[in-house]
Amino acid sequence: MSNSIVEKQDSPGRSKARTLFVCRGTGCVAGGADEIYDALQREVESSRLKDVKVDFTGCHGFCQRGPIVNIEPEGFFYTELKVEDVSEIVHSHLVNGHPVQRLFYYDPMTDKPIPYYHDVTFYAKQRRVILRNCGHINPERIEDYLVAGGYQAAKKALLEMTTEEVIEEVKKSGLRGRGGAGFPTGQKLEFCRRSPGDEKYLICNADEGDPGAFMDRSILEADPHSVLEGMLITGYAIGANHAYIYCRAEYPLAIKRLNIALEQMKEQGLLGDSIFGSGFNFEITIKEGAGAFVCGEETALMASIEGKRGMPRSRPPFPAVSGLWGKPTNINNVKSLVSVQRIIEKGADWFAGIGTEGSRGTAVFALTGKTQNSGLIEVPMGMPLSDIIFDIGGGIIDDKRFKAVQTGGPSGGCLPESLLHLPVEYESLAQAGSIMGSGGMVVVDEDTCMVDMARFFLAFTQEESCGKCVPCRIGTRQMLSMLENICQSKGHPGDIERLEQLAELVKATSLCALGGTAPNPVLTTIRYFRDEYEAHVCEKRCPALACSELISYYILPDKCAACGICLRNCPVDAITGGKRMVHVIDQEKCTKCSTCLSVCPERFSAVVKVSGETPDVPGEPIPVVTSKAKGKQE
Amino acid sequence: MRERLSSVLAPYRRQKGATIPVLQKVQEELGFLSEEAISEIAGFLGLSKNEVYGVASFYAQFRFERQGEHTIRVCQGTACHVRGGRRILDIVEEELGIQPGETSEDYKISLERVACFGACALAPVMVIDDAVHGKATAAEVRQALAPYVKESLTSE
Repeated sequence: MSNSIVEKQDSPGRSKARTLFVCRGTGCVAGGADEIYDALQREVESSRLKDVKVDFTGCHGFCQRGPIVNIEPEGFFYTELKVEDVSEIVHSHLVNGHPVQRLFYYDPMTDKPIPYYHDVTFYAKQRRVILRNCGHINPERIEDYLVAGGYQAAKKALLEMTTEEVIEEVKKSGLRGRGGAGFPTGQKLEFCRRSPGDEKYLICNADEGDPGAFMDRSILEADPHSVLEGMLITGYAIGANHAYIYCRAEYPLAIKRLNIALEQMKEQGLLGDSIFGSGFNFEITIKEGAGAFVCGEETALMASIEGKRGMPRSRPPFPAVSGLWGKPTNINNVKSLVSVQRIIEKGADWFAGIGTEGSRGTAVFALTGKTQNSGLIEVPMGMPLSDIIFDIGGGIIDDKRFKAVQTGGPSGGCLPESLLHLPVEYESLAQAGSIMGSGGMVVVDEDTCMVDMARFFLAFTQEESCGKCVPCRIGTRQMLSMLENICQSKGHPGDIERLEQLAELVKATSLCALGGTAPNPVLTTIRYFRDEYEAHVCEKRCPALACSELISYYILPDKCAACGICLRNCPVDAITGGKRMVHVIDQEKCTKCSTCLSVCPERFSAVVKVSGETPDVPGEPIPVVTSKAKGKQE
Repeated sequence: MRERLSSVLAPYRRQKGATIPVLQKVQEELGFLSEEAISEIAGFLGLSKNEVYGVASFYAQFRFERQGEHTIRVCQGTACHVRGGRRILDIVEEELGIQPGETSEDYKISLERVACFGACALAPVMVIDDAVHGKATAAEVRQALAPYVKESLTSE
């Protein structure tokens, strides 16, 4: 029997030795984690330390503070490491027993060092169900996953449960699709299981195309076996013997680790014929996407697997009836499949005990943008947005003012400060005009213009529209050009109303969810930030000082010390002035690159950025008047 | 071309839905999809050249012109956008003298704009070949590009 390891490791007995886990997720590798891993191995070896092991994990979620090393079993947590720090960690901490305080995480609120992982505010308020193994096991070793209880749920499902019982358990858990739409997963599985036909397919949708989101990537990189075990259980439940993982080609590390994991499954007899001796056969194939956002839509995704242009088609027939190659097919997001594994392992009641009435379980978000802490987080459904942003996220950087939070990427909406009390769950977010989405959560501060934000998303959806249906192809194009005009001071009265009308039309009449949700960023920004649109259209003013056509730079004569720095740095020679002569920006020549503002020494702060107003400045250089400059000359 | 591709294509014979994997493999082998390569692929898959080009041109990954030795990608995803990704792209364009989607005349560098790398916690992000440069500032971008700009200039 080839399931030997699964049998043997039923009762885990981990060695008591210390292990240094280097995070080797995409974020930490970008910061040099591979070099740190090599250096740690060399240093530990040359120090002849006993019972110290160097190992690696996938993403911890706290990518912003990477590269990260944690030391188990104590849970010491070192952040923002450099190769030069390695020898100090080994000698001071491991050899002499003095942890290196300067390399701990410093809480941005209190500025105090926090030595342990579980005390870091970023992690303390999280509840990790889907991400529970991420950052704690080596994703390239199936043994680690098995020790953590891996493949026991699949064994239970295949040997002790009927397909109906598996589906019933998922239904009872209340799990809803984690890809964005939130359809009850159990029901979806049942539709597919009941569809007539011997040949059925299961697809794992890992085509995470939303800009600002990396949940699925991190899970695939850090814990691929949880996804694959979820697929094995789900495939069994619907009666599919063949499954595909459709993964973005932009995620090479995720694909590499999936391939390693699939090989290990084969070696352990977890793929192939009669798994666990159950008589159930299962194969998994990886399909690499080729760069098309619309392929996240299920019918487009199937067209792409079939080797066609990835264009959606109208439903019905639904994939559960006629999907891939005309066969009954079930498509699920990465996080939904991991949730299925957890539900079978720990029971539907346990899962349903987390979250709220209509939204059970946890939600994984990629928290990014202008928060102090950014990265991958998991919270129980129902947690208020404010807790996520201000407790886990640590608030806004540089003491700026919170302005909006964007959830759901290009299909979602922007929610204002007045809605921060909203719990994260499917219904409340939908009522506010946004969506739960797949998990992107981008926080913006006062410096972001909401009209420009809507323009940014429309530019994306317009480019990614497949062009099959008219409302999406032409509607997104028209909305984009109206938004561009508004941002470029070419807006006309009535534009906002026309934009709203068109957005509602595109939403109601597009063929698939790409067009159907593309207007959400426009509609929510108009709903909550209408005054900003009006300032752009009526006063030709950008309140956030972000739209370059609507802003100007000036040098204040009472502050300018004629130091010449801005004059020398201006890339288009738009600044005139001279020794002891106040500098002046030629507004005709200025390209608004903001170089002058960034180079003007802080002690002068003579350059200002304004919109819709003209400060009192001379038309050409005049003698300096500032006392600071005089003082400096004396 | 036929000889060069025959061994590359062989594993895909009679495979269902092989068009995209074949295009990916050939592009990996040749660097881009020339008209001749498309024609070979069409013959192999039993499709018309139009059908193959139709599929290839739908996806952002496929290129139909020779690429530079080095590829510089600047992320314009949401997190990068709110953290100044546009300004980073402006600087890269200025330093390299080419626009996104273009390749320098000496085929040293190609510049691409990417919708999201999924390295959002490190925004703004620039990627030179496979090396990710996170939390990029104007000065760091100029410094990181310097060797490529220099290489490009000296070869002219």
